Amino acid sequence: MTDLTSLTIAEARSGLANKSFTSLELTDAHLAAMEAARSLNAFVLETPDQARAMARAIDAKITKGEGGPLAGIPLGIKDLFATKDVRTTACSKILGNFVPPYESTVTSQLWRDGAVMLGKLNNDEFAMGSSNETSCFGPVVNPWRREGSNTTLVPGGSSGGSASAVAALLCMGATATDTGGSIRQPAAFTATVGVKPTYGRCSRWGIVAFASSLDQAGPIARTTRDAAILMRSMAGHDPKDTTSVDIGVPDYEAAVGKSVKGIKIGIPKEYRLDGMPAEIEKLWTEGAGWLKAAGAELVEVSLPHTKYALPAYYIVAPAEASSNLARYDGVRYGLRVPGRSIGELYENTRAEGFGDEVRRRVMIGTYVLSAGYYDAYYLRAQKVRTLIKKDFEDCFAKGVSAILTPATPSAAFGVGEKGGADPVEMYLNDIFTVTVNMAGLPGIAVPAGKDAQGLPLGLQLIGRPFDEETLFSLGEVVEQAAGHFTPPRWW
Amino acid sequence: MSVDAATVRRIAHLARIAVTEAEVPHLQGELNAMLAFVEQLSEVNVDGVEPMTSVTPMEMKKRQDVVNDGEIPDDIVRNAPETQNHFFLVPKVVE
Repeated sequence: MTDLTSLTIAEARSGLANKSFTSLELTDAHLAAMEAARSLNAFVLETPDQARAMARAIDAKITKGEGGPLAGIPLGIKDLFATKDVRTTACSKILGNFVPPYESTVTSQLWRDGAVMLGKLNNDEFAMGSSNETSCFGPVVNPWRREGSNTTLVPGGSSGGSASAVAALLCMGATATDTGGSIRQPAAFTATVGVKPTYGRCSRWGIVAFASSLDQAGPIARTTRDAAILMRSMAGHDPKDTTSVDIGVPDYEAAVGKSVKGIKIGIPKEYRLDGMPAEIEKLWTEGAGWLKAAGAELVEVSLPHTKYALPAYYIVAPAEASSNLARYDGVRYGLRVPGRSIGELYENTRAEGFGDEVRRRVMIGTYVLSAGYYDAYYLRAQKVRTLIKKDFEDCFAKGVSAILTPATPSAAFGVGEKGGADPVEMYLNDIFTVTVNMAGLPGIAVPAGKDAQGLPLGLQLIGRPFDEETLFSLGEVVEQAAGHFTPPRWW
Repeated sequence: MSVDAATVRRIAHLARIAVTEAEVPHLQGELNAMLAFVEQLSEVNVDGVEPMTSVTPMEMKKRQDVVNDGEIPDDIVRNAPETQNHFFLVPKVVE
């Protein structure tokens, strides 16, 4: 029998259906891979007993022909998703040993469809970071290394555990969340496929909130098809999230392999940055060529406010975070550090519980919302956001169905290499992805090649609101042309 | 715009995060780096532009005013650091 961990979700689905193996066998293979890869620090909590119990239960259902679309597929869950009776921390000390008495809507839909949970995955603290170095459980290690080097590289962030675990064959797919690029950037750093759906497509209920107008859940998987399979189960209207949209969930998988002939794809000139590495530029041109060869029409487009997206994001996101994170006060759950008064209890708890990056963002958010500064910062940023969205709308109004860009300005970098002196250096990682969150659009990152040092690079496709299907069709074209990339196993 | 040490202390207090005197200069530097970065927004002409309030055009849904959950005090206090008889305990607030 082939190594079960190297199968795609689509392949495992067939294997389970024709009884080549059971979900328990598939689950055990992944649990063994997970245990052998602890040096990657991708999982912050392993749940092998629960995984085996879920696998046994689903095996019984499969036998009766009642499996469901994800029957028996072992997945990893980002620790930002509340999982009933399983510790959920957002990788922050302040949540301590929080054990939710409820299940997030997105994960409950995965279990409804028969998936198996292997454990909880590492992420940047409260999803604030682009390298997974801000987690209270320590950094995640990228399974990819530069050729001929042992330097430890970051997997990107904030969904670094999800990307690393999927790339290293520890789980078949993973949940992730994306506020400024936290699904697409780690996907690009690990040669995995990451989808950030349209805002409102997936329920945010039960996901630890970072910036509520930007946060969106999505999958990380090894192929476009697998991402489409996961998306169908994760998406859907939820009355418990008033921003979740009440429209039907299409069969995303049906869009994979569909012809892209005649689809108009925009190449935004503002994404051609000064000092951009030549190999990113080359990859971008190559990707455009593949899509053209498949029958798509490439046109240059302009998104004039692109350069303002990242600064506007660093007002809007911290502002919303400072409000969302006000709930961590040491009273109702999580860490509590005593004080003589209730005010001191709050201040001591939050000083001890929040890491440096979270504290920095809560403070900047508090400042831009404070009396006298609200108009100059927050209100102005929200106006700029309107302009960013309008750029995309103007583009789509001209018949453009998707926009092709690089996913990141560089390949994965070393642990401790960035952001030490100036936090902005780290923030620049999200320069190509953050516009999508600001405009609420869907985006997909697909592996497209390697740099000179053998590290994966990804391309991003941005779509019209609620048209994730076109992204799956285009993503598949890129994937077929670029091929698949698996890191050599060294751990 | 940039912040001085007194403003850093004021923001920390507003955010309810204890900050030691030794941490203030470092935080001041970081906050000023972020403020310098967002300064470029001042060059954008936003005259007559509406601030974004909802990224997807939608009418805010209103829920029925009915009880649909509850009677779960054990669950509510289960994760609390200190409780008594289903109440959260805090240091004395009123003398």
